[in-house]
Amino acid sequence: MAKRELQEINAGSMADIAFLLLIFFLVTTTMESNYGIRRKLPPPETKDVPPPPVIKKKNVLEIVINNQDKMLIEEEPAEVKDVKEIAIKFITNNGKDPESSDNPQKAVISIKHGRETSYKEYISVYNELIAAYNEIRNRYARQKFGKPFDKLTEEEQKAVKDAYPQKIAESTPKR
Amino acid sequence: MGKFSKKKGGGTPAISTASLPDIVFMLLFFFMVATVMRESGEKKVMVRLPSADQVKKIEKKGLVAYVYVGKPIPKYQAKYGKAPRIQLNDAFASVEEVGPFVLKFKESKREEEKPLILTSIKADGDVGMGIITDIKEELRKVNALKVNYSSKKGTVLDNFKK
Repeated sequence: MAKRELQEINAGSMADIAFLLLIFFLVTTTMESNYGIRRKLPPPETKDVPPPPVIKKKNVLEIVINNQDKMLIEEEPAEVKDVKEIAIKFITNNGKDPESSDNPQKAVISIKHGRETSYKEYISVYNELIAAYNEIRNRYARQKFGKPFDKLTEEEQKAVKDAYPQKIAESTPKR
Repeated sequence: MGKFSKKKGGGTPAISTASLPDIVFMLLFFFMVATVMRESGEKKVMVRLPSADQVKKIEKKGLVAYVYVGKPIPKYQAKYGKAPRIQLNDAFASVEEVGPFVLKFKESKREEEKPLILTSIKADGDVGMGIITDIKEELRKVNALKVNYSSKKGTVLDNFKK
């Protein structure tokens, strides 16, 4: 058999193949958002847990959202955009206003919502509350350590968290 | 002036396409890397996530169990109705199945990873809180307390735009 010259493979269609794959991945790509609001649920209820301590009414900021997404804060109508300000005022009251919280450690925010309240309304309110806590913590961190909260060491962060604990209570609507 | 006259017969030279495959490959690799093949093959519910600005990024994607909540897509509306439903993996599920689902997911992980398991609730902004509350109760029952409310990065005001 005569030895033939090795032929070179034509690479001209390589681009076409690559394009085909490219278009496939372009179409299937969903830049999935992997962001979210983190929350730790309270542990399951057991029988031998002592009844919760009685909290003075003035130490609770009561937020109620009805099934039509209308909100009442301490029995006053409120909008989502006001929540942050009200929460900050409530948490940092430190006994100035006798009707508001005694100190940040005692301040509890309670959210009550109906079964038909929309998820986005709840997320919005919740987001604003976290924003309020974050702002207060940042302010405190700057004042005490001269750095924003997320630049602090773990111990310093803990100190800030102890000074302004996040206490958000949710009541479960009945079925 | 002969000095500046063009050479005879010199049309525009063809642009070399030899580097085209390289460019395409570069793009291809980018999209291959960026593509996340969703854990559940088929999405059976419509989810438009709410927006929020106090969000954190999920670091360990492998340790996240996803729970989808939303209206069934039009194809399934005849069979399942328009009320919001829960989707786990690629099937519709009832609220009671959420707990076992998360437990099973937890079982499949290594021992040291188990405490890090996170449940991400991907719910449509318009679903009622009733179903979400039920899911949360289920999660509490099985001690899966770390929850992530999946949201887009944005401001809360985006939630109320039509």
